[in-house]
Amino acid sequence: MSPAATGASASPIRVMGSVPELWQAVAGAVAGLAAGPGAGGRRFAGLIATQRPEGVLLSAYLAGPGGILTCEAAVQPGDGWYPALTPLVGAASWYEREIHDLFGVVPAGHPRLEPLILPLGGEGGGEVRPRPGRPGPPPAGIWPDEHSLPRHVMGAGLFTIPHGPVRSGVLESVEYLVETPGEDIPHLNLRVFYKHRGVEKRFEGRPAADGVLLAERTEGVASVAHALAYCHALERIADVAVPWPAALVRVLHAELERLASHLDVAVRLADAAGLAVATARFGVHKERVMRLVGRMCGSRFGRGVVIPGGVSARPEVSGRDLLAEVGRLERAISGDARELMGTSSFLDRLRRTGQLRPERAREHGALGPVGKGSGFRDDARLARPYDAYPALGLGEPGPGPGPHEDGDAQARLRVRWDEVRQSFHLIRQAAGELAEAGAGLLRVDCPAADGRALGWAEAPQGEVLYDVRVAGGRVTRCAIRSASFHNLALFHEVFAGDILTDFPFIEASFGLSMAGVAR
Amino acid sequence: MSPWVLRGLREGVVTTRWPSRPDAYAESWQGPAAILDPRPDVAPDLAALCPTGAIGSTADGSVRLDQGQCIQCGRCVAERPDVFGWSRGPGNAALSRDGLVVPQLPETEPGLAAARAALRARTAMLRRSVHLRHVDAGSDGSEEQEILALLNPVYDVHRLGIFVTASPRHADMLLVTGAGAHGMAEPLRRTYEGMPSPKVVIAVGTDACGGGLLAGSYATSSGVGAVIPVDVWLPGSPPPPFSILHALLLALGRLADGSDR
Repeated sequence: MSPAATGASASPIRVMGSVPELWQAVAGAVAGLAAGPGAGGRRFAGLIATQRPEGVLLSAYLAGPGGILTCEAAVQPGDGWYPALTPLVGAASWYEREIHDLFGVVPAGHPRLEPLILPLGGEGGGEVRPRPGRPGPPPAGIWPDEHSLPRHVMGAGLFTIPHGPVRSGVLESVEYLVETPGEDIPHLNLRVFYKHRGVEKRFEGRPAADGVLLAERTEGVASVAHALAYCHALERIADVAVPWPAALVRVLHAELERLASHLDVAVRLADAAGLAVATARFGVHKERVMRLVGRMCGSRFGRGVVIPGGVSARPEVSGRDLLAEVGRLERAISGDARELMGTSSFLDRLRRTGQLRPERAREHGALGPVGKGSGFRDDARLARPYDAYPALGLGEPGPGPGPHEDGDAQARLRVRWDEVRQSFHLIRQAAGELAEAGAGLLRVDCPAADGRALGWAEAPQGEVLYDVRVAGGRVTRCAIRSASFHNLALFHEVFAGDILTDFPFIEASFGLSMAGVAR
Repeated sequence: MSPWVLRGLREGVVTTRWPSRPDAYAESWQGPAAILDPRPDVAPDLAALCPTGAIGSTADGSVRLDQGQCIQCGRCVAERPDVFGWSRGPGNAALSRDGLVVPQLPETEPGLAAARAALRARTAMLRRSVHLRHVDAGSDGSEEQEILALLNPVYDVHRLGIFVTASPRHADMLLVTGAGAHGMAEPLRRTYEGMPSPKVVIAVGTDACGGGLLAGSYATSSGVGAVIPVDVWLPGSPPPPFSILHALLLALGRLADGSDR
């Protein structure tokens, strides 16, 4: 088998003369995507800003087959504003709100420029803004100012039910403001700033190799995927390819993480439907997956495995034991999943619940199971493969019931079961290849060279994207675009015709983590 | 009969009997780093090994490790296996923040006994009906999963009379996760104040104990101890369900003596 080719996918950078020129390029690429396959379109994958001495630099990411293109342009120095992208590309809305929060630059013409992850009072916020990318420490303490959030106007008979930030259950902090006349949910507002931790700024000044520790703790339920995306960026800067056995170990952990996450969604959905036995069964399966991961590496979340240049160690479980345990898990999980998808009282709650229209999914570039459930498939493992994925069979793992593109909670769950089957298929292949590869090299030297590159990985929630700059062996800017951030922006759109009791199903079927959103 | 009933019976009892019976998985757990040899012959800048600054030394030059800052990255263990190793078992929690610093100083012993007695007096009336409320104060999302795991059939904390409640008004104990994000300071304070006395607060995870890698961030308080008073400190990145269960029982005084610190 050939060694893995991490550098196979490209991430070129194109610098534009002005912001309007940049938006033209982005809008053109996104319009091409809407025109359908073959039109040469690209998916809008995010927009971030970086503080530089001369002003703010805007970077837009356009994902296509084989790589992700970065297009960037500088905001006119001293302007403090730029023409907004959101009127042209709606998916940019949350990104521009975040940039406004962190840098204080105003996207002029943005239809709804409310604070998102760091509400601050006062116009522009002055020097208080954290401004990622600016050398030196940020202000010692920045406190969000809730009074800067708008109060929404309500009509007669309408009232607002605030869910959160302290939720009813063991959940991450977020506030859903449900505006309802009683039972329907005509409108939903999200407040995600509560758990903003300033993660991106904490990368800055850290030795490049230490950054992976923080990446693993950016979105805990996707620790492996975040570590992979970060390390892919460093490996692309240093232009090194990880050894074949390391690439296989990475796939093993990434797919086990996917299993645990998808089982967690099944637990939440079954729990919401009041199916006690199903909740218990999937809970036990998930516990077994996490114990297997713990036995393999010492961490139940696969932390400490992925390091720049390879992996830290081989799994502490023999190939035969691993395959035996995975076989047991697969039999148990597939049987229960089949039963679940045949339980009509459960499916009644999922069918036509939380519908995301296919054209909206495509337009927004919805990621992971949320996109796939609405017929928009852009799986980084397939489209922009990395590590051992190019050499492993990622295709149809066996006879399946075909695509699920109804866009509802049921379709998203069916997509997850397909991915679970695919993960088992990949784990078996990777474990077999790893046994064959023998005691090969597990890491190569990955010098912290100066430079900048993108890295990506397909997390259980969808593609994770890291844009890393290194100078003098230390990180100078690390922009993180989690799938949770990108997909959550669609969350408030899917409640048409749904009622309050559908809420837990819709939330669970999105399967997002607020830690990755607020960062 | 519903097919789910038969499925539920398929595997028999999967529930652990810990703590009344030993559990191999609980005992084998690889907890925060620990010190094997506090006075190594060669000790050039051991503090530099730790990305969160958990390693320090006392005035007399012996090595100390603050498990409340340990994110279990394993660098110290890999670099100096003669000095550092892993702690084993679920007993990772302490009744004071200083109690997380290893090796323990002998003079903390009387203070520890007093803290244990005071906590026991407060929790005595809770007996076998304990209701938990959780607040996420800026976690990475993994601690929530481990707390929730306590409800799955493997741990099944209901067997111990421990339940999760939605309302702070019904809660006896508060599990707080995360590094103390500024946005959650006020909601956390309000939840704490909304709980009836006696109440017990457990800081779950290294981030909650000392901020971990997010200590010193502009958006966090470097741990939840700066926001509300904490009774039990549980490090871990994240702590596994058995460690969380150990911390709960420690707060309730339901562990055999000598298994706390």
